Amino acid sequence: MACATRSIPGCGAEPLVTSGRPELSDALLQVKGLHTQFPTSRGLVRAVDGVDLEVRSGEVLGVVGESGCGKTMTALSILRLLPDPGRITAGQILFRGRDVTAMSPEQVRDFRGNEVAMIFQDPMTSLNPVTKVGSQIEEAMTAHSKFSQQIAKERVLELLTRVRVPSAERRAQDYPHQFSGGMRQRAMIAMGLSNEPALLIADEPTTALDVTVQAQIIDLLKRLNTEMGAAIMLITHNMALVASLCDRVVVMYAGRVVEEGPVEQIFSSPQHPYTWSLLRSVPRVDQARRERLVSIEGLPPDLSRLPGGCKFHPRCPFVEARCREEEPPLAEVASAQKARCWVLMRTLGDNPQDRIEPSAARATLLSAGEADGAVG
Amino acid sequence: MASAVAAAQMAEWDSPEQIGLWSDAWMRFRRNRLAVVGLVIVILLLIDAFTAPLLVHLGVIIDPIKQDVAHIEVGPGGFGHLLGTDELGRDTLSRLMYGARISLTIGILVQGIIFVIGGTIGLTAGYVGGRVDNLLMRFTDIWYAFPDLIFVLVLVSVFGPSLLSIFGAIGIVNWVNLARLVRGQVLSIKEKEYVEAARATGTPPLRIVLRHLVPNALGPIIVTLTFGIPQAIFLEATLSFIGVGIQPPTPTWGQMVNDGYQAVYANPSSVVFPALAIGLTMLAFTFIGDGLRDALDPRMRR
Amino acid sequence: MSVTAEGRPAKGAPLPFRIKVPRTRAVSLGLYVVRRVLWMVPVVFFVILITFVLMHLAPGSPWDRGGGRQLAPAVVANLNAKYGLDKPGWQQFLLYLWNAAHFDFGLSYQYEGKSVSYLILNGWPYTFTLGALAFLIVVPVGIGLGIVAALRQNTRVDYLTMGFATFGASFPNFVVGMLMIIVFGVVLYNVTGGNVYLPVTGFGLDDHLILPVVTLALLPTAYIARLTRASTLDTLRQEFVRTAWAKGLTERLVVIRHILRNSLIPVVTALGPTFAFLVTGSVIVETVFAIPGVGRAFVTAVESRDYPMILGTTILFSIVIAVANLVVDLLYVFIDPRVRLS
Repeated sequence: MACATRSIPGCGAEPLVTSGRPELSDALLQVKGLHTQFPTSRGLVRAVDGVDLEVRSGEVLGVVGESGCGKTMTALSILRLLPDPGRITAGQILFRGRDVTAMSPEQVRDFRGNEVAMIFQDPMTSLNPVTKVGSQIEEAMTAHSKFSQQIAKERVLELLTRVRVPSAERRAQDYPHQFSGGMRQRAMIAMGLSNEPALLIADEPTTALDVTVQAQIIDLLKRLNTEMGAAIMLITHNMALVASLCDRVVVMYAGRVVEEGPVEQIFSSPQHPYTWSLLRSVPRVDQARRERLVSIEGLPPDLSRLPGGCKFHPRCPFVEARCREEEPPLAEVASAQKARCWVLMRTLGDNPQDRIEPSAARATLLSAGEADGAVG
Repeated sequence: MASAVAAAQMAEWDSPEQIGLWSDAWMRFRRNRLAVVGLVIVILLLIDAFTAPLLVHLGVIIDPIKQDVAHIEVGPGGFGHLLGTDELGRDTLSRLMYGARISLTIGILVQGIIFVIGGTIGLTAGYVGGRVDNLLMRFTDIWYAFPDLIFVLVLVSVFGPSLLSIFGAIGIVNWVNLARLVRGQVLSIKEKEYVEAARATGTPPLRIVLRHLVPNALGPIIVTLTFGIPQAIFLEATLSFIGVGIQPPTPTWGQMVNDGYQAVYANPSSVVFPALAIGLTMLAFTFIGDGLRDALDPRMRR
Repeated sequence: MSVTAEGRPAKGAPLPFRIKVPRTRAVSLGLYVVRRVLWMVPVVFFVILITFVLMHLAPGSPWDRGGGRQLAPAVVANLNAKYGLDKPGWQQFLLYLWNAAHFDFGLSYQYEGKSVSYLILNGWPYTFTLGALAFLIVVPVGIGLGIVAALRQNTRVDYLTMGFATFGASFPNFVVGMLMIIVFGVVLYNVTGGNVYLPVTGFGLDDHLILPVVTLALLPTAYIARLTRASTLDTLRQEFVRTAWAKGLTERLVVIRHILRNSLIPVVTALGPTFAFLVTGSVIVETVFAIPGVGRAFVTAVESRDYPMILGTTILFSIVIAVANLVVDLLYVFIDPRVRLS
């Protein structure tokens, strides 16, 4: 398993085993140094600016970040679905060893919906309004000649039942506008899983749904992950979703990864100031009533005019001189956890042996910050 | 303090983003090169229409009715006639310039009739709703069944080819689209919360109409009326071409095409010039209409 | 339960009144068709009524012979009695309706002794041929150009096709007709010394058809092309197109089954007005190219105040357009499953 590019010497993170699933250590998808850009009249928009990430067989990986941080574009790059004028300008996307960026159009077509499937945010607009739902699911299968049309029809009913759409037989003959929002998303999930892909990318699958329905969809995804063994890349800005569903988390900002690690670790001890601010900004039931909600100061960066050095430095409460000049590498800050921050690395110590506990490091930072009158 | 805030809010409310809308629209319009070209052409035509009689009076151009019998059906540039003459020796250029007066007058002014008829019906249908709406819409459907050119010809054949009857005919035939549009706008705006709020605070209906409905609906209405101008010009030209439009000696472009048709083999330019005049004028208004539509489209506002 | 989440009666649930017919879409469609067809009756009735009233408002009588050759009053009285023109207006109207139902539209004023029906029937084959051919051009060419322009948006192809479409839609058909006559009739003739040219008048099932059909088809083609392009561009922005690509469908499937299937729906709706264009367009095209169809008959009727002829042809045109609109409306309901048929 590879480390990030400019890693600290001695980086040799071991895979973290969080459950009994045996293939968890196999890297299914490896994104290496991905750069995706959009030349526009306003300038070159660097939507994905050097992303390394990895999805392991059977795991649920959360990709979080604000709107515009590049998470959707990363996903679209994986399936080579970028809208004009977007282009993948550098990097590799290795799926089971094959480089997606080097595939011919026909190979890509075969790859999509088959080995890797993607479902989108708003199921009302993501389904063809004038075709029956059943036939839309069916065509996902017949497009890859894996199933004959007869079998595909039967599978449609099986899939709809599996995603808990009642009266599957009648429902398959309905049109999308006759479904409720939650049912539409279930149909989309059925469509995505119809070819038994090894990886399902879900881009904000619950954002357009009611809160109660959201919970059902999340349960469904959880169940399908266990039952079918499909890995899921869950893209969202909702940290609560990540907490309930994911095994590992990747935090993105300004088109790059700023932190990654197992879910429990990230939630209990987030290392990167951005992650930490994200978690703090979510209001909590047990928060004291008079506590003000903390929000991250400033605005998300303009991807065509990125600041120099660390991309988060204009909004970072701990910013130092080095942050403004040099971009930090994604480095290991705890076992299986990586973050991209100079200040953190400084407090942790350059040598792995000298490292103090992350929580202690953060405490140091916090107390220093409070003393300076920074975010408290 | 609460009332000052409320007062400020109400002031905002009263003129919701209108200034922003028009200047923003103008900026967007300006960026559309075709629309600007169209506008320039129309302005030139308007100047021409207004000044033509003056120019004749000043001797700058030849009287369009005067027949230069010595030089019949002359090609462009011959004998002091910049664009030639027709079969009666009348100067083509000045007839073209006079023709613009008729085309523009009818084309633009008839929109007023369309606006009044269509606007009233659409507004009533939309605002009052219920059975009145139903009735009016049925009436509109029936009216829509008349093909426009056919009906205009029928009306003109009955009432004679005078300016008034042509005006009336074109206006009467073409209001349906505007009525439907206005009704649609009224219906969609009626549902909006700020109208309900206005009604709840007892604002009289007329005020609601003027302050809220009209500014919001104005954009598409203007676009529709602008697109109606080339349609009207087309109808007028067709009437003249057939011979039931404005009668000679007043020159109209349609007449000129018809006259030239007789002599098309000998002197094709007498057809080409008026034909191009009609086409370019319609084109210019179409470009303006396109530009206006894009400029006023609320979806495209940043 | 008898009501779904959206508040509509669930399928198979009995209607609140006695007839226990399940309210499937097929049943709704059937009812809608019947309703629409029945609606045509009052429309046609009013068209006839209004036109009839207008005809009778017109000054002059059918017996006026131009050139001072007036008939004697006694003769006029006789003729009036014979044709029922001395009866009150409403009676004449009913009489007209009765006759019209038997396809008797009276006698033409221009051509003595010839009935309006005869004249219309004479002219109809020409008009129909032109119209049908034009329609066969408008639909594939218009839609094709629109799709190509949309799929290659902002390229030269797009600008060319849309430029052509804008011009085509802006020049009235008689202008286009004239210009075509000049270019392909006069200029071509002059340039090639009389060898190559296209015929500019008269009708024939040969190259006589080229200029009139093209002139007639130009405006509707341009209109359909613009509409198709706009609609396709709209559809391309929709999310479900991305879903289709993400499923790994071939380009052919995505374009036909997903993009076109949606973008052509508004275009179908526009075929009604297209038909109206063709009908009114034939009036002018036939006049310009001297083709003896119904359109030209209408124009000569207007010029010579032949009121029965005007009335008859107007009714014919209106009915044809009403039927076309009906067909289009029904077609639309069939192809778009989202339409509610309450």
